[in-house]
Amino acid sequence: MTDDLERRLGAAAPATALDLGALRATLARRAAADGLLDVAYSAYDSPLGALTVAVTPRGLLRLSYADDAADTQLDEIADQVSPRILHDPVSTDAVRRQLDDYFAGTRRDFDVPIDWRLVRGFAGQVLRATAGIRYGAVSTYRHIATDAVSPNAYRAAGNALGSNPIPIVVPCHRVLHAGGGLGGYTGGLDRKRFLLRLEGVLEA
Amino acid sequence: MTGERSHETPTPRVLVRVRLPPFQTLIDAHASELHRFLSASVGPTEADDCLQETFISALRAYPRLRDASNLRAWLYTIAQRKATDAIRRMARRPTRELNGDDSVAPSALAPEPEPVDDGLWRRVRALPAKQRTAVAHRFVLDLAYAEIGTRMGISEEAARQNVSAALRRLRREVTP
Repeated sequence: MTDDLERRLGAAAPATALDLGALRATLARRAAADGLLDVAYSAYDSPLGALTVAVTPRGLLRLSYADDAADTQLDEIADQVSPRILHDPVSTDAVRRQLDDYFAGTRRDFDVPIDWRLVRGFAGQVLRATAGIRYGAVSTYRHIATDAVSPNAYRAAGNALGSNPIPIVVPCHRVLHAGGGLGGYTGGLDRKRFLLRLEGVLEA
Repeated sequence: MTGERSHETPTPRVLVRVRLPPFQTLIDAHASELHRFLSASVGPTEADDCLQETFISALRAYPRLRDASNLRAWLYTIAQRKATDAIRRMARRPTRELNGDDSVAPSALAPEPEPVDDGLWRRVRALPAKQRTAVAHRFVLDLAYAEIGTRMGISEEAARQNVSAALRRLRREVTP
């Protein structure tokens, strides 16, 4: 039974437009101010394609090529770090500016703290050793494995580099085969070549 | 049945980790509908604030949530509470102003522009919380009673009764 009152309730329902963009921004600012923003992420357009940048109050947590489903990566972060994840370009701004400079060739070293919570155990040792390879230099899987105190573990070192959650900034692209071959790269060898050319290791 | 089951060794409580999606997905999926719900529940002027408060409260509690099976219903429970708070605040407002209490945000004191409202929804806001919430779900979001019940954490029948009681009361108050 629909009577006049019910029709009026349906027709006169107060409807105001919601500005979702403004709400997202306001919530991110408030969450950050209240210490509730555990992970902030946003997209970054790089010469290598779209990247997703995720930061925490501790530092840079994740930098990923967006070809792998971005949602899955955020789900992983929700499970392993915190589900308090918000889209917030303001929080990722410092990292994105440094990436701008790096791709423009005006920055050699990233000056951002790393949040290592997505890597554990041996992979963590390998990636920390990798973080020490300088711009324009390269290392080998075997050497990196040795640095990680496990000389025979170069295959495992390869796996650890393949699971690098922070490519480019933790420069796994600077690790090559001992014989001079490029080895592998999670984002594809074209990207590895691009980065090594940018850094002057390969000829342009 | 002989009540055998009650003598079984109780199943050990398995600690299943709740998988919570990134909070941003909740905002993006539900903000628009929650906003309509709150506009009806507290009026367009208060709705923005209530929506923010709903999400901030939810975000605060989120990592401790132990049941992720109906996040939408959980959000509506919080929104209903925020709406009730806002309505109480609004009811107290004149007294506060007389007392020189400046804790009310200036924006909340602005006159409410509600050309379409027709006074009817003001009366809805004066209903008891459950009736008000049920009416908003029913007439703004066009939900079936079963879904209203789920979102309010009550039975389908209770949802229907809340709407009926609200309509009876509104019919008495509103002269056709």
